[in-house]
Amino acid sequence: MTTLQASEPVDLLEHAEQGASLWRDAWQRLRKNKMAVGGGITLLLFILMALLTPWLAPYSYEAQNLDLGASPPSAAHWLGTDVFGRDVLTQVMYGGRVSLAVGFIATAVALLIGVTWGAVAGYVGGRVDAVMMRIVDILYALPFMIFIVLLMVVFGRNVLLLFLAIGAVEWLTMARIMRSQVQSLRQQEFVEAAISLGLSPAAIIRRHVIPNALGPIIVYTTLTIPSVMLLEAFLSFLGLGIQPPESSWGLLINYGVETMEEYPWLLIFPGLALTTTLFSLNFLGDGLRDALDVRGSKD
Amino acid sequence: MSLLTVDNLEVSFVTRNGTHKAVKGVSFTVETQQITAIIGESGSGKSVSCYALLGLIPSPPGRIDGGSAQFQGQNLLTLSEAELRKIRGSDVAMIFQDPMTCLNPYLTIGEQLIEPLLIHRNLSRADAKTRAIELLDEVGIRSPNSTFDSFPHEFSGGMRQRVMIAMALINEPKLLIADEPTTALDVTIQAQILRLIADLQKNRDIGVLFISHDLAVVSDIADQIVVMEQGEVVESGSPDTIFNHAQHPYTQKLLAAIPSGEREEPAAKNQALINVCNLRTWFQPNAKAEPVKAVDDVSFDIYRGEILGLVGESGSGKSTLGRSIMRLAPITSGQVTFDETHLTGLEGRNLKEFRSRMQMIFQDPFASLNPRMTVYDTLAEPLLLHGICQRANLDRHIAKLMDDVGLARNFIRKYPHEFSGGQRQRIAIGRALATQPEFIVADEPVSALDVTIQAQILDLLMALGREHNLTMLFVSHDMAVIRHIADRVLVMYHGKIVEAGPVKQVFNNPAEPYTQSLLSSIPGAAIM
Repeated sequence: MTTLQASEPVDLLEHAEQGASLWRDAWQRLRKNKMAVGGGITLLLFILMALLTPWLAPYSYEAQNLDLGASPPSAAHWLGTDVFGRDVLTQVMYGGRVSLAVGFIATAVALLIGVTWGAVAGYVGGRVDAVMMRIVDILYALPFMIFIVLLMVVFGRNVLLLFLAIGAVEWLTMARIMRSQVQSLRQQEFVEAAISLGLSPAAIIRRHVIPNALGPIIVYTTLTIPSVMLLEAFLSFLGLGIQPPESSWGLLINYGVETMEEYPWLLIFPGLALTTTLFSLNFLGDGLRDALDVRGSKD
Repeated sequence: MSLLTVDNLEVSFVTRNGTHKAVKGVSFTVETQQITAIIGESGSGKSVSCYALLGLIPSPPGRIDGGSAQFQGQNLLTLSEAELRKIRGSDVAMIFQDPMTCLNPYLTIGEQLIEPLLIHRNLSRADAKTRAIELLDEVGIRSPNSTFDSFPHEFSGGMRQRVMIAMALINEPKLLIADEPTTALDVTIQAQILRLIADLQKNRDIGVLFISHDLAVVSDIADQIVVMEQGEVVESGSPDTIFNHAQHPYTQKLLAAIPSGEREEPAAKNQALINVCNLRTWFQPNAKAEPVKAVDDVSFDIYRGEILGLVGESGSGKSTLGRSIMRLAPITSGQVTFDETHLTGLEGRNLKEFRSRMQMIFQDPFASLNPRMTVYDTLAEPLLLHGICQRANLDRHIAKLMDDVGLARNFIRKYPHEFSGGQRQRIAIGRALATQPEFIVADEPVSALDVTIQAQILDLLMALGREHNLTMLFVSHDMAVIRHIADRVLVMYHGKIVEAGPVKQVFNNPAEPYTQSLLSSIPGAAIM
């Protein structure tokens, strides 16, 4: 056991050894996973590209060259042009902004609602839990497509509404995961210890429950983003999502499919951008799951 | 010739942090008709040594580096997996610590019992069943015929351990390896199982290798004791030599750590800090079911400055009682008065105020600390919450707490998983002390710890109790621990307090038959 040096000066902060938190352990495991790191870097590049599009894009978004028409990839237009002579690279870059934004923002909406809802239901329990989870069940049972179509019809189409609609569906699973996490955590002795310290329920959820439930949530988040992006692509493809003049990968793919036979590059490049992003997210998610799963592996 | 001769066994584990030698040249023998006990704390290599004999350590990371194990003219360590499989379960059988997880919940007891007979002996089903029922009878199961067709969940822990023993014996092994077979059991059940193992060994002419962390448990039954520390045998000999003439300092330390004796006759304390009156905590599993009366009409006082022991077996309601006083379990009816204030009616801010005056120490130091918070954060939380100190002098208060519970100050930025069980329990004690409470409920605070660590933590609790003039409710299943630490004791059985009184009186002249049976079950009465 440890020995004490009595009456040493109080210099805790300067000389104390820094411990290895579970987050740091997970980070180190993640770093060893080449697929996950590759996925993370690719994703980062796509995000950077989306953020810097107005400066990076070779042409302006509205620029047309009707004389050129649809042309295959060339030195002037790396990914070719569409039937209006618009640069495909520019289109893909601007479309990526919307697709990624939908993916991240809708997921963030889902995360915020789902984690709060699930944490409260799981922690409070009893009747409150029953009512909250029945609401989740009811929303689950609503046919998603009809829900979206209704929203579009009633409120008209816009991007914000799309974020909301997708977020409103995706938070349900998030809430369920969070609730089961919290239910098992609230039985833990450290939560009881926090109760007997006199901490308020809100503080207990914030300080003791959520940080410990975050692992599975992070993993599920990285896997939700691609499914949301896919959902947006699907809706846009059906003509229910993003409207021109706005553009997204899903919409570009939709146009590409129509002219697939004559101008395959109009389908291939937006499709490639979407699948690469989805793959990166999935690899990163898998890596995160492996890294976060091993609990206290140092024991 | 010995039944089993292990010579110079070496086992190591290859991990990413390098090679760890778990067993370093261990030698011991098991004689027919004798019980050899291997004693050691967690990490001493006692289980690894025995598992290695049967090829049961996972490899990799495990690796047998050398040595030999002669059993009936064969070296177990050089046998192939197929040859070992023939020996396991027929000539050598094992009993494990946790009877709950070792039985398949989806098969009847009988089905699991006759399986080895069908595999190893090629008996017919009818013959196997007759054999199995005889055995169930032999291990003391009352109605073996109906037991044969029952499922594991219909039995208590002690009964399941009997079934496990029957299962181990079914192929008439020459050697029985028992790995902590009574650790998960209540003390009265433990005494029965120990007696059963000793009887079987006499009647059946077998050798037993008994692995345990508890010297007291083996003192009654062992013929030979091997003491292990950090992968090495430090001492071995007959129980008499070990208990009365221990040479090695580690053995002496183990012996000294067995809680024994009583506290000095305490000065009469009769000013009640806490009064519990007709307390009932019932759990209603669902609307129609009969409520579970975990705590049923219990009344007692806790005096200022005393350590009140609360003893009982699992399911007696002792933990629920402690948690009810702490307002962690919902009280059905009755009253808890703390320093003349009714605790039962308090809510919100008023309750929070009282929270700082009473704190709890939990059983499992691995579960009672938030794994994502450093020691610093864990200790800072109560200090700031109750305004014990300002942010400016937070560091000084935390340093003081670390000193109080005997932790080095430079551990302050570490996380719980970087500490041993004993150190974690010190952190938990520090957290409980941080609010400067008057009253502490200690719920089995040493049950999860090794015996030498247990002794340290008990000493720490007693010293802190004196220093801070704490009143303590000390909940435990271990009579020896209670006797060692408490001033008065309450004995709980089926939700009721069956006996109460000063430790000396209850231990020397128990009035209730239940208390008497608890006391007679304390292992190692001979060495106390």
